[in-house]
Amino acid sequence: MNYKMIAYLLGWVLKIEAVTMALPLICAILYGEQRMVGVFVSCIIICLFTGLFFSFRRPSRRSFYAKEGFVTVGLSWIAISLFGALPFVFSGFVPNFVDALFETISGFTTTGSSILTDVEALPKSLLFWRSFTHWIGGMGVLVFLVAIIPSSGGGNMHLIRAESPGPAVSKLVPKVRSTAAILYKIYIFLTLVQIGLLLAGGMPVFDAITMTFGTAGTGGFGVLNASAANYSPYCQWVITVFMLIFGVDFSLYYLLLLRRGKDVLKSAELRTYILLVITAIGFITWNCIGMYKTFGETLRHGAFQVASIITTTGFATTNFDIWPVFSKTILVLLMFVGACAGSTGGGIKVSRVLILMKSIVKEIKTAAHPRNTMKITMNGRIVAHETVRAVNVYMASYLLIFALSLLIISLDNFDFTTNFTSVAATINNVGPGLAAVGPTRNFFDFSALSKLVLSFNMLVGRLEIFPILILFSPSTWKK
Amino acid sequence: MNIIIIGCGKVGKKLVEQLGAEEEHNITVVDSRYPLVQEITAEFDAMGVVGNAMTVDTLTEAGVQEADIVIAVTGSDEQNMLACLMAKKLGNCGAIARVREPEYNRAAHLLKEDLGISMVINPELAAASEIARVLRFPSAIKIDTFAKGRVEILKFRISENSVLDGMRVSNIVARLECDVLVCGVERENEAFIPDGSFVLQSGDLISIVSSIRNAALFFKKIGFKTHRVKDTIIVGGGNMAYYLAHQLLDTGIHVKIIEQNQKRCDELCQLLPKATIVCGDGTDNRLLLEEGLETAESIVSLMNIDEENILLSLYAQSKTKGKIVTKINRIAYGDVITRLDLDTTVYPKNITADYIVRFVRAKKNSIGSNIETMHLILEDKAEALEFRICENSPVANITIDKLKLKKNILIACISRGQKVIIPRGRDTLLPGDTVIVVTLKAGFQDISDILE
Repeated sequence: MNYKMIAYLLGWVLKIEAVTMALPLICAILYGEQRMVGVFVSCIIICLFTGLFFSFRRPSRRSFYAKEGFVTVGLSWIAISLFGALPFVFSGFVPNFVDALFETISGFTTTGSSILTDVEALPKSLLFWRSFTHWIGGMGVLVFLVAIIPSSGGGNMHLIRAESPGPAVSKLVPKVRSTAAILYKIYIFLTLVQIGLLLAGGMPVFDAITMTFGTAGTGGFGVLNASAANYSPYCQWVITVFMLIFGVDFSLYYLLLLRRGKDVLKSAELRTYILLVITAIGFITWNCIGMYKTFGETLRHGAFQVASIITTTGFATTNFDIWPVFSKTILVLLMFVGACAGSTGGGIKVSRVLILMKSIVKEIKTAAHPRNTMKITMNGRIVAHETVRAVNVYMASYLLIFALSLLIISLDNFDFTTNFTSVAATINNVGPGLAAVGPTRNFFDFSALSKLVLSFNMLVGRLEIFPILILFSPSTWKK
Repeated sequence: MNIIIIGCGKVGKKLVEQLGAEEEHNITVVDSRYPLVQEITAEFDAMGVVGNAMTVDTLTEAGVQEADIVIAVTGSDEQNMLACLMAKKLGNCGAIARVREPEYNRAAHLLKEDLGISMVINPELAAASEIARVLRFPSAIKIDTFAKGRVEILKFRISENSVLDGMRVSNIVARLECDVLVCGVERENEAFIPDGSFVLQSGDLISIVSSIRNAALFFKKIGFKTHRVKDTIIVGGGNMAYYLAHQLLDTGIHVKIIEQNQKRCDELCQLLPKATIVCGDGTDNRLLLEEGLETAESIVSLMNIDEENILLSLYAQSKTKGKIVTKINRIAYGDVITRLDLDTTVYPKNITADYIVRFVRAKKNSIGSNIETMHLILEDKAEALEFRICENSPVANITIDKLKLKKNILIACISRGQKVIIPRGRDTLLPGDTVIVVTLKAGFQDISDILE
């Protein structure tokens, strides 16, 4: 394994993190939070020097294979979380490092689960950093890294593949670097559009920017204790639509840019995603009629919550923990489905669910006609056997990790709904669960062990299991 | 540039490595075999498309509309040609097809002119030409070919006591009665494009332009004839042996082919009536000795198995002082083989890739121009460019002595149809000709750039 190259890339990741911390620093200066200026300056210095130390010299041996890709991505995410937690600790608002780490991992993995009981007590710059971690984590740090550092051969694709969600990551254009750049351009463009629309709806500038970061990364950290409940219906609708937009495969937007709208409409994943969203909104609105004053309000809350949960964002406009069980069950099921592959959302991903469903159909048909040579297809093409196999293994590992996590956190002796939904909300990068971790409550009461397990789940969910699991395999580190 | 490579075999992979990794083009590979595409996209920065490259859908998905060059190097000639034709119709791109079958290769001219395929590459033929060149002039340092191989630029060192020592360039044709042109001279790290009054010295590295036949004549006249092999033994009678024998016999080298398969021997007898065809096992050393291995001036191993070729060459090295040429198919172990010190080794797959890379490079220099081929000569200090003259070109239909050329430019050769003309002042460039221009100044886009 090429340790030097991994260290070099880790150094770069930390340098990028130092640069990203400049934004909350500017924010601290603008709002006159002198204490926070000091905090961010010291954090930037720590990140920058650690980064420079590791990436001082470019290693001569460039060999970089899938294994190095996985390990680099896994370690980078752990590193940015460790360093990203520093502002919380230094500022004194989250003195416990495990809590700060939980909050940061929750930010970078775009989960949105919080241990903070009173968000509004935090200084603006810290809130900004908290929301900004969503935006960085949404598209991925290494995707950004690949977009800016000069190409170092074919190895870069291993990084993107390990970091991007979905069963089969492919390129938009032949060069990895251009692919990464296109993804980020689309991401930045959509972010700016949303900020503009929210400002047009009269939302304060700070809220518009931070809420957009939360939406774009499908994260879910708000800046108010009531999440998104206090914003105007117009703003809530804007957020609803943009959550759904950020939950769509970004390569489809690239196809739109190429004026290949027909191909976009043909995407089976997109169709299923839209179908799921509409059905869920329909059922929940029907189920919740009478809970709110008007039908319009019921529809708005239904749509917002469905969009928030299926894209694994985790904003809330209402306390859905008091909804009827049928509606709550729909939301929990949507947590597992998640957004589309290639989006900023988490969860199992619509395309994986589709492949699994088709595998079931195939097995049934094969049972009836043993000589049947049916193949699983998506968008009219055969899904490679390796992809199907990877999806199956993914599901098996997913369930195993889920079960083990559930077992460990049950030590804290919360009720089953709380335990189950807290694991589901973290491993799927959603944010809030039900009962004690419902939208109006938080994860503060869990023990340190549980918080670490849930943090682990968030990383596993964001990086789709293997980049994290490979770090624990002895064969990875053997010479 | 956007390049689509169809076929992910050894040559395809080599091309991705050269064009994608080293020259930074945007590469898309197409193959119907998923694992091969997977392998290349995992190793190199290229996009992969799995599918049949002869279909509109696959080609469109690979981005044929935006492609500058499509290169088809699958194992099947027919697929390559068809894929190129499709690509040509779907997009506005150059198309390169690998065509190996000799029967098709005879129609290469037709493929190029009428079907619009920019380049037809035959690896066996290309490798055979390379071997033939080495056997013809083992003392030439570098040989570049133009006009589909009809014209060569040869570089060699003028030895002491050579007739060329102290000769004026303008006297060469008259004194040696041989139609060649000195197009470049390197003396003490400096490169010149000589005019008629330039005096050659011993120790100069000179590059001459000439047709293949005239080059042989020229080398004979300047006393290099001892270096040319008189006879050769080719072991293995495949297509490459046929091409090689054909070329060698044309230049009067005696050829003996040892081939195991009786049926193939009969075919070769018919195809090459002037050659001696021996039916027998080429790895049998008694047979080799019987057929004159020890006295042969050169031996070429062209069997299908690399190991046999290498062993045969090592054996031959111990028995003879002649020139030994070894064909090697597998590229991967190149540096190990170099250490064996096998005299000349020829890699058909590398040659194919080199030809294509050269074409791509020329094409890159020629976006919006009409450069056919480009070689860097004189230690990369000068460019030799082959232009095609179009109908209303400002240089057409005027005798060369009336053209006002820039400094340090030489019109080195004109090829008109099958004819090669070493131009003098009274010659004229006609539309449809291709002309080789040697220049010390880089960056010419069009033939009109040579004018003041």
